[in-house]
Amino acid sequence: MAQNPQPAQAAQALVSLDAASVQFGAVQALRGVSLTLRRGDRLALVGANGSGKSTLLRLLHGLVPAAGRQLHAVDGRAPVVAMLFQRPFMLDLSVRRNVLLSLWLRQVPRAERPERCARALARVGLLPMAERAARTLSGGQQQRLALARAWALEPDLLLLDEPTASLDPSAKREVESLIDELARDGLTLVFSTHNLGQAKRLATRVAYLEAGRLMVDLPTDRFFNDALPPEAAQFLKGELPWS
Amino acid sequence: MDAFSQSLLLATRLIAEADARLLGIVSLSLRVSLTACCIGAAFGLLLGAWLAVARFPGHRAAVWAVNTLLALPSVVVGLVVYLLLSRSGPLGSLGLLFTPAAMVAAQSLLVVPLIAALTRRLVLDGLADGGDQLRSLGAGPLLSALLMLVHLRFGVVTVLLTAFGRAVAEVGAVMVVGGNIDGVTRVMTTAIALETSKGDLPLALALGVVLLGVVGLVNAAVALLPTRGKLLRDAGLS
Repeated sequence: MAQNPQPAQAAQALVSLDAASVQFGAVQALRGVSLTLRRGDRLALVGANGSGKSTLLRLLHGLVPAAGRQLHAVDGRAPVVAMLFQRPFMLDLSVRRNVLLSLWLRQVPRAERPERCARALARVGLLPMAERAARTLSGGQQQRLALARAWALEPDLLLLDEPTASLDPSAKREVESLIDELARDGLTLVFSTHNLGQAKRLATRVAYLEAGRLMVDLPTDRFFNDALPPEAAQFLKGELPWS
Repeated sequence: MDAFSQSLLLATRLIAEADARLLGIVSLSLRVSLTACCIGAAFGLLLGAWLAVARFPGHRAAVWAVNTLLALPSVVVGLVVYLLLSRSGPLGSLGLLFTPAAMVAAQSLLVVPLIAALTRRLVLDGLADGGDQLRSLGAGPLLSALLMLVHLRFGVVTVLLTAFGRAVAEVGAVMVVGGNIDGVTRVMTTAIALETSKGDLPLALALGVVLLGVVGLVNAAVALLPTRGKLLRDAGLS
């Protein structure tokens, strides 16, 4: 049933899944998902709650172990993968220390850390708040800090799990435009969303999941204009009035 | 005048006069219990963090054992340490029995399960909130647990104060391994026990009031400690 897009040009593959499945106890969260992410892709994952979007993001990151996931070398090294969560978790430290900590965890040389940290904070507009306690920031500011923390790692692939879901409209716009900016630099993005308008604005590909299966994976314009399998079409009908 | 008001007056007088014997006893109590807490913290925090994330055959039994040891009677700890340190025991050659060092060893043993069990729960709750995100940043399970100790440092301080309270208020272990020798191993609780057995209840109660006051001062001092640690600066995080 799944339709796979033909990439316009064969950009370098970063991660591929080959019939990957994930099971949590008695629950089959993902069933036989095959997918290839190439450099510069912007893939939106859509589907109802519990369809497997977050599990797929975790699987792409490697947080969920499963056979069938393959990372492809970039310039002779494994691609750097970073992830943003719906509710970012910040350690009870300053804004700056939260970014420095992520660099320390990824074993970035000590001498490089302060500059990369300052650059990342400046990029998301949080440099003036560098010494503030991270947990005192607003929801939108915390999500921007999470973006800075991820961007400081200079990732090849950025995974975002409903990054704007719990934000007010103004913070949502801010975070979305930052994500768009980062993606314009050539970053590969995969994000889950319930907001089809956001998928249209940010994605070059849209994948629809249902009950752990990847039902559709198409370029954005075809996803919204072509005839889709009945389940995906029904989902679109139900969602479009709110997009 | 009833025994309580008599005790309060006596306690006030002892403190006001800065009674040398009382100061010696208070000082020894604090030294023994604070040292025991530091040693207990080194082992207990690590053990609790490890138990929160480690998975191995017998893990559930280990957690059960630590939780059960929360109810360990201090006099039993005293007995075990006594047997280890007595002349015929495996560590008898060290000659530590009836010294403050033996009391420190006994109180350390007493607080390790308490610190470990409370720390494990604290870390588990923290990891439920942010464990995945720390892993996504590159932290392994044990490092995630240790970062949670930094994140939840105020909770950790509460755990350590609880342990200090348990150590400084116990009498069984220090009585058995210390022997309550005047000027050498007599601490607040053993002094209270001695005065009670001699029938000097007002003095015993007054010592109890002083003990409570001392613990209150320690709590207040900890609450005023600066929150920024050297640990982070050493790791290049500042």
